Amino acid sequence: MSKLVLRGIEKRYGEVTAVAGIDLELREGEFVSLLGPSGCGKTTTLRMIAGFIEPTAGIIEMNGLMLSSPSGVLPPEKRQMSMIFQSYAVWPNMTVEQNVAFGLELRKLPREEVRRRVGQILEVVHMGHLAARYPAELSGGQQQRVALARAIVIQPQVLLLDEPLSNLDANLREEMRFEIRRLHDEFRITTVYVTHDQAEAMVTSDRIAVMNQGRIEQVADPHTLYNRPKTRFVAGFIGRTNFIEGDSTGDRIEFGSFALPRSVLDGAPASGKVTVSVRPQSMRLSRAQPGNGQPQVAVTIAERAYLGEFWDYVVAPANGAMKLRVTTPPLEIYQVGESAWLAFDPKQMTPIT
Amino acid sequence: MTAAVDNLATPAERPLARRFRLADPSMILWLAMIAILVFLILSPMVRLIVSSFQEPETGRLTLSNYAEAYGHARHLQALWNTLVFGAGVAVLAVIFGVPLAWAISRTDMPAKGFIRLMVFGAFIIPPYLGAIGWILLAGPNAGWLNKVWMALTGAESGLFNVYSMSGLIVVVAVTSFPYVFVFTAAALDLVSSEMEDAANILGAGTVRTTFRVTLPLVLPAIVGGLIISFLEAIALFGAPALIALPARFQVVSTQLWQFFEYPVRVEQAAAYAMPLLLITIFMFWLQRSVLGRRGYTTVSGKGGERRIIKLGPWRFVMLGYALFVCALAVFLPMLVLTQAAFAKAWGRGFSLDNLSLQNFHYILFEQTQAQNAIVNTFVYSGITAFAAIALSLAIAYVVTRKLVPWSNVLAFLCMAPFVIPGIVLAIGFYAAYAPPPLALYGTATILILAYTTRFLPIAYTSSAAGMRSINPEMEEAVRILGGGRLLAIRKVLAPLLKRNLAGAWILVFIPATRELSSAIFLVGPNTRVISVMLFDLSEEGNFEVLSALGMILLVATLIIAAVGFKAIGRDFMVRSS
Repeated sequence: MSKLVLRGIEKRYGEVTAVAGIDLELREGEFVSLLGPSGCGKTTTLRMIAGFIEPTAGIIEMNGLMLSSPSGVLPPEKRQMSMIFQSYAVWPNMTVEQNVAFGLELRKLPREEVRRRVGQILEVVHMGHLAARYPAELSGGQQQRVALARAIVIQPQVLLLDEPLSNLDANLREEMRFEIRRLHDEFRITTVYVTHDQAEAMVTSDRIAVMNQGRIEQVADPHTLYNRPKTRFVAGFIGRTNFIEGDSTGDRIEFGSFALPRSVLDGAPASGKVTVSVRPQSMRLSRAQPGNGQPQVAVTIAERAYLGEFWDYVVAPANGAMKLRVTTPPLEIYQVGESAWLAFDPKQMTPIT
Repeated sequence: MTAAVDNLATPAERPLARRFRLADPSMILWLAMIAILVFLILSPMVRLIVSSFQEPETGRLTLSNYAEAYGHARHLQALWNTLVFGAGVAVLAVIFGVPLAWAISRTDMPAKGFIRLMVFGAFIIPPYLGAIGWILLAGPNAGWLNKVWMALTGAESGLFNVYSMSGLIVVVAVTSFPYVFVFTAAALDLVSSEMEDAANILGAGTVRTTFRVTLPLVLPAIVGGLIISFLEAIALFGAPALIALPARFQVVSTQLWQFFEYPVRVEQAAAYAMPLLLITIFMFWLQRSVLGRRGYTTVSGKGGERRIIKLGPWRFVMLGYALFVCALAVFLPMLVLTQAAFAKAWGRGFSLDNLSLQNFHYILFEQTQAQNAIVNTFVYSGITAFAAIALSLAIAYVVTRKLVPWSNVLAFLCMAPFVIPGIVLAIGFYAAYAPPPLALYGTATILILAYTTRFLPIAYTSSAAGMRSINPEMEEAVRILGGGRLLAIRKVLAPLLKRNLAGAWILVFIPATRELSSAIFLVGPNTRVISVMLFDLSEEGNFEVLSALGMILLVATLIIAAVGFKAIGRDFMVRSS
């Protein structure tokens, strides 16, 4: 049975549609990210799961029980979830300990039990030595840890995170990504994580739902999402990519200077235009012409930039097709204007819609 | 697992959820708030307007109230006098306020802290107390300044006569120039020196730069302060009643008072109050559009260092002027009021054998009326402050959290009393609630209700600012962990707003203790407050007891303001304007 189910969830504000019909199911203990650009409806979706916003249509179920439907909505305090907010929302009038104990006290646990659990969770997030501090005396990262402890300690049915790392500096953000994943591996709480940062989503998530303009474009694990994007939006939003156009002739797909059997490109249509996503690092640049019938095209180097970890080239195919972006290791150096060969790997090419 | 979520609604329970939503608690809340605001604001104002068109006995529609109110030359003269008076005060307030603001904000004038303190002093002295001080200073023959003048020159008669239009203008201007000062200084504090440097580098000197660049940049602020001074002046009752009546001229507020002498003609008073109301609304609109104008956005608070202009020897001239203004506003009136408060008879001068504590003894221990007035003042003001804050906080909460539709209507109603002169509000309250069925005239209730309405905008401004400063996520964090809204308010919101609300309480309490213009129309024999009592004492000519009572009021105000400064920080008084 699914832990959390969203079916046809929709939110309209007058004429504006913020969320346009979302279907999503989470298994028990699963970590799913809602990933998308700002304004795509991901935070609205999260807040509808939490109960802060009422959907205009659709239903939300947890453990098979109705949380939200057009005829009635359970308020957030009855949903047995917890949430980590963008601002952390650590209460400045309470100490770290009081913040973390709050949810347990609401559940009327015995005082000793509260103390024990608070102590335990503060050790887990490495905040045990700061239990008596007030939030104003903590750094951003420490406040974040308090927020995490406060949310996890009550062992919620579902944990919700709303861009929790967007206010941290770059180093800390990277550290906290792994921290969040570590805590998930330890407690296995079903989690919905909202972010606009693809690296964050890929580090933390079991599955990622990429959202655009109020809809989910694709839900998949990070590897599939990167290597088999289904739509142009997903391919462009997750990592960098090139789009090349081909013509489907039934068995084969023609790309001008080369052609591929349709069976190689999984899901390509039997006729008409085909757009294919090709990642920059999936192509090989070489001076010598690649042999044994590899798909290839003659190119001229149009632009280049050295980014330390790799070279970033823009190459112009000799047949006048659209320019492509290619990356090479640091020692493969080409001059602007130089001619070269570009080889494709059909296994890393994905037709998109 | 299922046991843990047994309080979740199952699909089968949907009809129950539907029923629950019909009795939506937020609608009930909204209705309750609207009802209170209608009672406090809309009903008195509508009553005021309606009764201005009604025949007193029959209640039939008529224009005769207007004919009566505006049909007499002296009534029209009073209207004109009010405009002259307001304009005079506003201009003089600019002459006093702008140089001081400039000197304190931009120059190296000495003793800035002291001058700032004195301006604040001028701000908290009630205008009617200042007027009493000036009666003692510049009364035609007995006034101190006139006595000194006659002694020095051997002249037959005094130089000054406070009982005149110009006397009234000076007396009120010295208590209202702080408005211009506060506006102008705040704007000057935001002007970057780079603006002045740009003029200097093109060859303009300090004087030219100041008049061509600096002051024009803050012109909207000056105009804003000027308008506030004008509006404060025309709505004033105490000072004009003390000075204009003996001088045998009327302004609108004193004329309105006359309508309340026996036989009370509320309907005519209502008709006669209309210009005051309309002018105030219009001027506030004007002020907003002046202050909100674009093109002056250099005063944006960002960018550039600020350097102090070196005045050289002129800084002492500037200090002299500042001390002169402070003398008119604070030193001289306070000096003579203190003397009178501790004197057997104020006219006998500053000798030791004239010294006495008898006036204080009389007020505090002998005269029960004065004791009652003191108790009433602080009790009513305290209740008012609590009521205004409770109401405005509830409304600010509902408005900032958008809990109900049309929440802006609530905010608008809360701020509406801002543009209603106290005297007009009082007449509205009288018209609405003095007659049966409520028959509240002369009760403490009507005074507290009127005060609460009058100071609701102050409380609302503070409450709304406080609410806005708190991230809603603070509250949502409580709710997602299982706490209800009320728990969130009690455990998180209230503790976080504590300082804010304490500041708001003082901001309402202080003006409430000195409120005269609405009190004078609504007090009964048992509900007299200090301000009304002071006014009565001045009619009896008992200036010694009056001064002592005024001292008590001022000292109490100072103590509360000082506590506020300590607890909440220096700027809390300024925020209200």
